[in-house]
Amino acid sequence: MTSGLSRRDFLKLTGSIAALSAVNCLGLDLVPVARAAERLKTAGARETSTICGFCSVGCGVIVHTSTSNGKVQSIEGNPDHPINRGTLCSKGQALYELANNNRRLRSVLYRAPGSDKWEKKNWDWALREIATRMLKARDKTFKVKDKKGIVVNRTEGLAQLGGAALDNEECYLLAKLARSLGIVFLEHQARI
Amino acid sequence: MTNSWIDLKNADVILVCGANPAENHPVSFKWITAAKDKGAKLIVVDPRFTRTAAKADTFARIRPGTDAAFFGGLINYIITNKLYHEEYIKNYTNASYLVNPGFSFKDGVFSGYDEDLKSYDYDTWTYQLQLNGEVSKDTDFNNPNCVLELMRDHYSRYTADRVSKICGMSEDSFKKIADAFCRTGKPDRSGTILYAMGLTQHTTGTQNVRAAGMVQLLLGNIGIAGGGLNALRGAANVQGSTDFGLLFNLLPGYLNMPLASKHETFSRYKDAEVAKSGYAVNKTKWFVSLLKAWWGEYATEENDFLYEFLPKLGDGYDKSGYSWVPLFEAMYADKINGLLCWGQNPVLSGPNANMTAAALTKLDWLVVSDLFETETSVFWKRPGMKPEDVRTEVFLLPAAASFEKEGSVTNSARLIQWMNKAADPPGEARPDLWIIDSLFKALKDAYSQEATAKFSEPLLKLNWDYGDDEPDPHLVAKEINGFTVTDKTQIINFTKLSDDGSTMCGNWIYSGFYPGDKKADNRAAQTDTSRDPDKLGLYPEWAYSWPLNRRIIYNRCSANAEGVPYDKRRMLVSWDGAKWVNNDVPDFSIKDVAGAIVTPDKTAKSPFIMLPEGQARFFIPDGLIKDGPLTEHYEPVESPSNNLLSGQQNNPLVKIWQSDMDKMVEPGSSKYPYIGFTCRVAEHWQTGSISRNLPWLAEMMPEMFIEISPELAARHGIENGNKVKVISPRGEVTGVAIVTNRIKPFELSPNAPEAVSMPDHYGFVGYVTGGDEDKDYSANQVTSNVYDPNTGMPEYKAFLVDIRKVG
Amino acid sequence: MATAMLVDVSRCIGCRACQVACKEWNLRHAERTQNQGSYENPPDLSAQTWTRVAFIEEAVGDEVKWQFRRVLCQHCTDAACEQVCPPKAISHRLSTAVVIDAEKCTGCKYCISACPFDVPRYNVQTNTVEKCTLCVDRISNGQIPACAKVCAPEAVMFGERSIMVAIAKMRLGKLKKRGFKDAGLYGEKELGGLGVMFLLTSSPSFYGFPEKPTVPLSVNIWQDVFKPMIAVAGGGAGLAALVSLLGSTGYKGSQRGQGSQRSQGDEGSRGDKGKKQSE
Repeated sequence: MTSGLSRRDFLKLTGSIAALSAVNCLGLDLVPVARAAERLKTAGARETSTICGFCSVGCGVIVHTSTSNGKVQSIEGNPDHPINRGTLCSKGQALYELANNNRRLRSVLYRAPGSDKWEKKNWDWALREIATRMLKARDKTFKVKDKKGIVVNRTEGLAQLGGAALDNEECYLLAKLARSLGIVFLEHQARI
Repeated sequence: MTNSWIDLKNADVILVCGANPAENHPVSFKWITAAKDKGAKLIVVDPRFTRTAAKADTFARIRPGTDAAFFGGLINYIITNKLYHEEYIKNYTNASYLVNPGFSFKDGVFSGYDEDLKSYDYDTWTYQLQLNGEVSKDTDFNNPNCVLELMRDHYSRYTADRVSKICGMSEDSFKKIADAFCRTGKPDRSGTILYAMGLTQHTTGTQNVRAAGMVQLLLGNIGIAGGGLNALRGAANVQGSTDFGLLFNLLPGYLNMPLASKHETFSRYKDAEVAKSGYAVNKTKWFVSLLKAWWGEYATEENDFLYEFLPKLGDGYDKSGYSWVPLFEAMYADKINGLLCWGQNPVLSGPNANMTAAALTKLDWLVVSDLFETETSVFWKRPGMKPEDVRTEVFLLPAAASFEKEGSVTNSARLIQWMNKAADPPGEARPDLWIIDSLFKALKDAYSQEATAKFSEPLLKLNWDYGDDEPDPHLVAKEINGFTVTDKTQIINFTKLSDDGSTMCGNWIYSGFYPGDKKADNRAAQTDTSRDPDKLGLYPEWAYSWPLNRRIIYNRCSANAEGVPYDKRRMLVSWDGAKWVNNDVPDFSIKDVAGAIVTPDKTAKSPFIMLPEGQARFFIPDGLIKDGPLTEHYEPVESPSNNLLSGQQNNPLVKIWQSDMDKMVEPGSSKYPYIGFTCRVAEHWQTGSISRNLPWLAEMMPEMFIEISPELAARHGIENGNKVKVISPRGEVTGVAIVTNRIKPFELSPNAPEAVSMPDHYGFVGYVTGGDEDKDYSANQVTSNVYDPNTGMPEYKAFLVDIRKVG
Repeated sequence: MATAMLVDVSRCIGCRACQVACKEWNLRHAERTQNQGSYENPPDLSAQTWTRVAFIEEAVGDEVKWQFRRVLCQHCTDAACEQVCPPKAISHRLSTAVVIDAEKCTGCKYCISACPFDVPRYNVQTNTVEKCTLCVDRISNGQIPACAKVCAPEAVMFGERSIMVAIAKMRLGKLKKRGFKDAGLYGEKELGGLGVMFLLTSSPSFYGFPEKPTVPLSVNIWQDVFKPMIAVAGGGAGLAALVSLLGSTGYKGSQRGQGSQRSQGDEGSRGDKGKKQSE
């Protein structure tokens, strides 16, 4: 989805800076220095607005992607975002390297018991194998009733962690799925 | 946060205690600086001189683990000098309530303590009731049993002199800060407190935060623009993940998970959990709508909406519940078969990291979904471990980054914002939503084929249809918002939820963020900044803030009983004599069910709508906070000092684990004489699983370092840049010594302890690691498993260590 | 139109977003670094690092001060590098930015020796000298430099020069009132006016700036005497003479020494390892 946000001009940015610096009385009468304009590396790129994935300030970023190959060309602060107004910290400004990073995981990996290496696997295999193991572990440890005869429908043999790096829709489905399985060892970053 | 990032600009005084926003939330300094431009004062209280401290008007060093004493001192200062906002505490808090005369406090312990069980009986932690059942009050604050007088007495022990010795802060500094901050008790002055893990990561974490909150209530700083008690939360969506109940004791929307001991049936759950007064009387509606969202048509009034399908919590591992530490203690004791780990790296982020890694070897299998190879996913090849000895199977699933998928995230200020997809994830990486949806489908398949599967109904009957192949995040978002069952109409907000099964809602507090069927109805995706009433920075049409798009919660308190704003320049809600005129969404009813206007007097005594009392609590009744109805300072479990305030050295409810990997240091140990604590830097993120793989960040902070004072360095012959080792009985960590005047011993505290500061970002895989392939790579190899009895938060911020030069 | 960048050290929080923004926009590689007992890294400017932040720590009695000072090209009006460049690869663009044209640069490094601020760096791979361009590509498209855009506390600003000066003077007044007696604006007049001005809370030398930067005498001699000679003689003799002349000023050592020693001293006693890295 394209944000519709285009390049901010010089005037607007410096204007907002001045306003915040309590010197707006001085006014800024700047015009774009269009003489001898060079082609920007982001010229013609698709612009998509999204939210930085690092901390909880929730800064807006604009991702510039190539219209020919879909590659991320630049990620910068969204000047229209009321919290960060185009600014970012060093981490947010480094997001480009998360998009263009040869260390990112590109396939499912599996490590067999006792093995010292990863094996590449496909999704179908992995999901099936994981589901089988979850079913087995749940069955082995599932408690319908506790010692007092109270219906508890829980398993203490499965545990789940994580969520703060995921979005709300993902967190919601994680909670829904985990509780339907009877998982009670359910924790994440917020605890620690 | 009660308030917001932008709202920081409205403050007159900003007190940062237990947070480091210049490093951990750098963009917040746009607004802190904006406040300073208008003359605001920035006060920073921290064990070390941070980048935030570098910008402070006033900085004071505080010994780790003594924040409750510092805030207790402020409470005493406020009450003794009568700097509290009297009208505010009379109307908006329980300061005037009379407390059970049987309640008492002696030598660090509240009434009802059982030393053998290490627990409290809460019988005396109650209000005095009149015959009609209402709470007895003394609004003149004369009765010695009224809350304000109990506080006057309780906190009188927190004298400036004593606080100064406990905190290792000069009396002068303390008084200067007290004077500067407590001036905000005036109605037209706003003071905000910013905190983060510096307050929470203690065995007294709840005490610390509560005491800070009490300061803010006394000064009338809650519910106003430029005020509040603001938790600067960590991860991009840690607020959201908490809101969605990814904690053992919670369901989405802060509904409690049922307990086997109290909630065996639906009616018992309702009896125990649904409030008798306040807005939470509606809890059944939220709970039933959640059960409907989960089990759809199968959940009916006749079957109690399938309440039985929800797991019921037992006592947990070693009678300690199911939170983080008990989870890993159970795993280490070989009680857990498999672990699913979604975008988290516990091998580095958990306390006692050597134990965490050892615990993972006891698993049959481990599933990790992440962007990079993390220390958790390759724990089997961690330095010193032999892969052939580790039988755990590991599945590592490649996930998509935030800008490679669509969905909503909630920032620290409860602001729900929509992320748009900008690029495809690399290779076969997939959004977690797809992975979870596919896993559900695989599980359903497996359970359908397995005739003997135990109690498979809750999974097989789960209401789950978000698309055949690619799950649609908008469908999930709409379910979270809620809709009517019969015609699937999105509901406007949670006031339309019902308890008869006619509505479904995945998380009631989010209800209102997606009130219509079209994508244009998604209010998280709103991007209009043209409206900014009174230039307060509320921006009501930018994204959506839960609950009900309210930007500053408890905002009824910004106006007096008659509805007149305490500060016109910072008006949030205002009664003009005939109607309410508001800049923010009011946190109270302005119209009744019939649509008639509600006059200010009706809400003048109940601005805290979620509490049954309607008024904020200085005194917390009934053991809702387990370790005390008022706050009290206790020393960290590992401390170089005796408690100068009472004979009770540590939080009386603290649990010491007994496994062979849970070794603790006795107070005042000569073998481990220094105070260790963990910290963070601007250039890295959490366990570094992302940031240590981004070369531009890695080049700025390439390896593990340890900050110490020149005095401590001299004592051990350490020079700046030397390799050093920090040692605790749990483990060791190696790093480069930064010898700096930013770290100083706490000379005023007993034994003048030295401090050792360690970032917790480093590990053993990635573009950069802890350094030199040493097996001691993480600060959490030296931290311990003791934690706050209320929150389960480990004590990362105060423990005892030794240090020595390597080689 | 005259433009300028204003860097206000009183507002800088040392988050180093500017350092990354520069690398992001100009696609500079990360360097392999080590922790040298300091937060500072990379330890010096390079062909890959056009700006960095110096962390200056100072013990004042029982107190400590920690300041963050950006290091980058100052874009002098009287730019020694421009004057000294044999192939005229260096020029003023858009009236303020001093830019090296990589096509014309021959890698002779004269600019490196001439710079009063020790900024240009040689790139072995390309045999060119590189430094901050003031994001001239962005400016010419009506956008402010990447490092100015990214700065949350508005410690880095860019705009019309007269307005930058006015903002700086207003802030300077406030700083003086807050007790910063030695605060000052650096670059308003120096070397004909610097394109990158600094609002400082202590003396320029405290931050490693020359108190009174000048175009080195050698550059003037070069301009008047040697450059015509090279043009005539084809280079050899003139070059040798110049190198010896620049060497004799002792210029480079003293300037760089000042900068790094300050931060070494301030980070406690940075080890020998650190010194080697930055020198």
